[in-house]
Amino acid sequence: MSRSISALAVALLLGGFVMPAHAASTEADYKAAYAAAESANAEAGKLRNQWTTAVSALKASKAAAEAGDFDKATAEAKKSEQLSKAAIFQTNEQKENWKLMEIR
Amino acid sequence: MRRFSGLAMAGLAIAVAVLSAPPAAMAADTPNPPADLKAFQKFFKDKFPKVKFEDFVNGPYSMDEGLYKQWKEKEEFPPYEFALDLGKELMAKPFKNGKTLADCFPNKGIGIRQDYPHFDAKQGKVITLELAVNQCLEANGEQPYSYVKDEMAAVTAYMAYTSRGKVFDVKIPDDPRALAAYENGKRYFYTRRGQLNFSCATCHVQSPGERIRAEVLAPALGILNAMPIYRSEWSGMGTTSRRFTSCNSQVRGVPLKPQDEEYRDLEYYLSYVSNGLPISGPGARP
Ligand code: HEC
Repeated sequence: MSRSISALAVALLLGGFVMPAHAASTEADYKAAYAAAESANAEAGKLRNQWTTAVSALKASKAAAEAGDFDKATAEAKKSEQLSKAAIFQTNEQKENWKLMEIR
Repeated sequence: MRRFSGLAMAGLAIAVAVLSAPPAAMAADTPNPPADLKAFQKFFKDKFPKVKFEDFVNGPYSMDEGLYKQWKEKEEFPPYEFALDLGKELMAKPFKNGKTLADCFPNKGIGIRQDYPHFDAKQGKVITLELAVNQCLEANGEQPYSYVKDEMAAVTAYMAYTSRGKVFDVKIPDDPRALAAYENGKRYFYTRRGQLNFSCATCHVQSPGERIRAEVLAPALGILNAMPIYRSEWSGMGTTSRRFTSCNSQVRGVPLKPQDEEYRDLEYYLSYVSNGLPISGPGARP
């Protein structure tokens, strides 16, 4: 439990997620990655905890795709999805744990 | 920036330490606003024994002597003066139907800031001063103001100014919905959010007096008494809504919409725990 949380915290602070190098991405890769990122961002929105960085990565993904750079578009979409997943994790983790910081 | 990342690291250390601790303090507990208020005020009095109780309403200025002097000088030619004039004018300006903003408020809106927010049993929700202003405009067929600055800041500045020295007197009526709103606001205040994984409390409870970039962090006690404020960084006035949304963005969280339920409940909580402290608004910030 605490290991996964500190891993998350480090990821949160470092911000960037290193993408594994892989073969050139296609438009189909981009579309799949973008759809996944969009849906994670929408879920974070329902939880009232979107991260600005997830939203900007989503925008950067779309812009790269429009410029025909599907490598970058796919990487940005994946980064955005990771960030939104961390936001969702954070929301769930805080459901009870917010009380730990309370002045009492 | 260096101090900020230092703070972020501290935040991380706390997060990790706290999260690995057993959740002893998390036993089911019934909401008890008066006990919360007592503990909250005691925390800040103990943490800052040299700060006079009434001085907590001066935000960052209560934390730093040099700043305090600057502020005293600033108050001689207050940068919010134009907002007071505009606010006064807007309160009295007839709507198309002949009524005025002042007509919507007890005592024509003079000296009543300390009674907001309040829980409205009919609407079943927390009514902040900003929401009350726009509800008045809309009920009279007028366009609502933007919640963050300009007219809204001017009107609330004037209302605060005419209430200076009156102490916050926010009530939690014996109504489960009011208590739920209070609890919701409290939860929002202590919940970590955004990529930096900070709650409001990380900055305004754990770190008041510390610097983030050029700014000295205000303590959460009395943090709304000076609203709305003039800030050089905004080159103008900003409301409570503006401050909440910009504090959310600072932790890389997407802000909610001004006056969304969470923000109104948050304001309800923060105002209640500052009961007994005088209204000092509008404020001027570096
Ligand atoms: C990253 C740290 C940080 C977090 C987290 C944060 N704030 Fe702030 N806040 C600031 C800074 C910096 C200022 C400007 C300096 C000051 O007045 O504290 C400020 C100012 C304010 C002020 C105006 C105080 C004054 O007297 O001028 C209010 C009100 C406020 N914050 C409320 C909140 C609320 C509510 C939250 C949670 C939603 C929050 N803040 C979260 C950094 C933070």
